[in-house]
Amino acid sequence: MTTSEWVLMAAVFGASTVEMVEALTIVLAAGTSRGWRSALEGAAAAVGVLGVLVAAVGVPLVRYVPIDALRVVVGALLLSLGMSWLRKAWLRASGHKALHDEDAIYAETVAGLAVDGPRVRTRDPVGFAVAFKGVFLEGTEVVLIVISLGASQGRLALASLAALAALVMVVVVGAIVARQLSKVPENLIKLVVGIMLTSFGLFWVGEGAGIHWPGSDLFLLALVGSLVVLTSVVVPWLARTAPSRTAPVSS
Amino acid sequence: MAGAHRAVAHRAGVVVTAAIARAGRAFGRFWLDFLVGDTPELFAVTLVVVAISFGLASVPRAVAVVVVPLLAFGAVVWSAARGRVRQR
Repeated sequence: MTTSEWVLMAAVFGASTVEMVEALTIVLAAGTSRGWRSALEGAAAAVGVLGVLVAAVGVPLVRYVPIDALRVVVGALLLSLGMSWLRKAWLRASGHKALHDEDAIYAETVAGLAVDGPRVRTRDPVGFAVAFKGVFLEGTEVVLIVISLGASQGRLALASLAALAALVMVVVVGAIVARQLSKVPENLIKLVVGIMLTSFGLFWVGEGAGIHWPGSDLFLLALVGSLVVLTSVVVPWLARTAPSRTAPVSS
Repeated sequence: MAGAHRAVAHRAGVVVTAAIARAGRAFGRFWLDFLVGDTPELFAVTLVVVAISFGLASVPRAVAVVVVPLLAFGAVVWSAARGRVRQR
């Protein structure tokens, strides 16, 4: 495998992990408060719809859209998303923004579902809808990242495989740790993925626009390395003016 | 009888139109949130990076290789610094 394929797999795997942890939190909350059958059916239905989306949008993109145009558009998409994740991760790491707290999201969702009625043993439309919505919304972001990264390099299958590996890992870990999803170092993963998405975004926007990066694919590593160095300088600099550690938030 | 059928069809049409409008609004909100979110400055910088990349594609490679990444890196630092100032 080439350097960019390794970076592609790592970026898809990391981004998918972050989004799937958020989806799993909602499914766990729906399952424990409304019954597992409906929650799991809702989650499975959402995964099915997302799979159809990848096949319906991703495959034609790879086959019919000129590769340079595709790289500029998805590069811009990834760059915008990556810079936004990186900024958020820097502010969280430096204490300027509260850390994401999956326990708070779990408690909030359970409380909201309890208001809607008691736990039921048969099919429950509320539990189904909450799990479906959670998995579909978070999954749509995964699909966009898979399609963007996969289509730009003509490696849709590889990107889908990385997302699938993240799904399996999150489900297995979720089944083991159940309600302790707050233990997942989400901000660190978000920081790493933010660096990767920004690097990929810059690389592909440049390639699509006609810039020839020195070292070709290897220049991706230079971009990643530069952002790691920049992070190691910026986070302590931001932390110097941080207020006392902010309480975790649920969104 | 025909009038009743027309009324039912009209109601169904209204319901379908409202559902499509709701879905359209939700789709627009999703993309706005996904692309712009709470950092419109980074979205604007992305467009600038794309424009500058095309502009620099024909100049000596060293210029583009330095300017394009520096522009993006500088934008994230500036945006994070602005986020810090706002919360103080």
